Amino acid sequence: MAKIKYIEFNGTEHEADVANGLSVMEGAIQNDIPGIDADCGGGMSCATCHVYINDDEWFKKLPEKEMGEDDMLDQAFEPKSNSRLSCQLIVSDDLDGLTVHMPEKQV
Amino acid sequence: MIKTDVVIIGAGPTGLFCAHQLGIIGLKCEIVDNLDRIGGQCIELYPDKPIYDIPAVPECTGEELTNNLIEQIKPFNFNFHLSDRVQQLKNENNKWLVKTLNGKEFETPNVVIAGGVGSFEPRKFPTKSAEKYDGKSVLYSIKDKTIFKDKSVVIFGGGDSALDWAIELSNLSKVTLVHRRDEFRGAPASVQKIKELSDNKTIDLITKHSIKDVKGNGSLESVEIKSETGESKVLKADYVLGFFGLIMQLGPIAEWGLNLDKKTIPVNTENFETNKKGIFAIGDICTYPGKLKLILSGFHEGALAARGCFKYARPDEKYRFEFTTASSTIKDRLGVKK
Repeated sequence: MAKIKYIEFNGTEHEADVANGLSVMEGAIQNDIPGIDADCGGGMSCATCHVYINDDEWFKKLPEKEMGEDDMLDQAFEPKSNSRLSCQLIVSDDLDGLTVHMPEKQV
Repeated sequence: MIKTDVVIIGAGPTGLFCAHQLGIIGLKCEIVDNLDRIGGQCIELYPDKPIYDIPAVPECTGEELTNNLIEQIKPFNFNFHLSDRVQQLKNENNKWLVKTLNGKEFETPNVVIAGGVGSFEPRKFPTKSAEKYDGKSVLYSIKDKTIFKDKSVVIFGGGDSALDWAIELSNLSKVTLVHRRDEFRGAPASVQKIKELSDNKTIDLITKHSIKDVKGNGSLESVEIKSETGESKVLKADYVLGFFGLIMQLGPIAEWGLNLDKKTIPVNTENFETNKKGIFAIGDICTYPGKLKLILSGFHEGALAARGCFKYARPDEKYRFEFTTASSTIKDRLGVKK
């Protein structure tokens, strides 16, 4: 279990306890947290669960991107070097305290 | 005006198998899809990716699945209306009048929405200012490349479309290719070619930048790009092209008076009818308690929706359940010898 903080583009903060094994994306969807669309349902094929990891320490701590994630991020709204697809971030105790920022929109 | 028993919106696996089930029970249908080919997400998003959870098929790709489904409905000779989109549904005398973007019209008692997560549309630039030039000098697809002759063209993107067009137009125009990172996701041969063209100064290649603004006075004059650290540059541009892949948009479906739950349509699980009589929703676009977004669920939903359609298409007949193994009527419909 990990406590994940989701911050919308407008600054609204949401916190959710997400069970191990779920993705950070699923944590948002199951808790009705707005700002993550996840159109494809976690198949890494739509780039609408895009988040920023603003804390550099956290960004480095996360499991590395697998092949294909950066390709999808090319298509996301305003991708940056600290962008991730939240469907690829699988929750474990190690992710307790992670904060993700949502982009202005998911397109 | 085409009269039919059912109009299916969406030619993905769910729509295709629903068509099969309609054919089996003796109904006619017309299938409309926004894409230029049959297969939906299977063909557009993962044609080469193996799928492992189709019952009795241990492994197949999106493309193989699509081809088999097309093969399976061949005996029924249903019409496909590709590169077209249903815009309007109107109820008149208990029939649905269906109008498409290309001006086709259908009259039908049943509409089955098998639209996945909506229709695929090109992803557009996030900049508001680009909207003004959309379709004129800011383009997301190319129909006629001669318009770019001797023009300054700035291309954004790192996939095959962006690379292929940068290569193609480099003979014709002054091309600048802008991409957000150093790596490209296009085919290795194209990436190699782009690097050669950049080395010999045939094209300008700018990485680690994205679009900030487009500027012009009536007609487009320049595009401003920015790096992640905020430095910006202005490039002269007659045309700006964006290739960021496709996104699924619910589009006109949202305007048909259907109950919506986020981007999905609630249905009953008896026949997958929506809150509107004669409009059914199956596959990824429908929702109900326990809904699984699996292809196999879409097959089940399509089979039941087809029986739901029967009631409105043949109000004076009673639907009779039959097995394909035993029914001579079904074998006739399939054109198989007994």
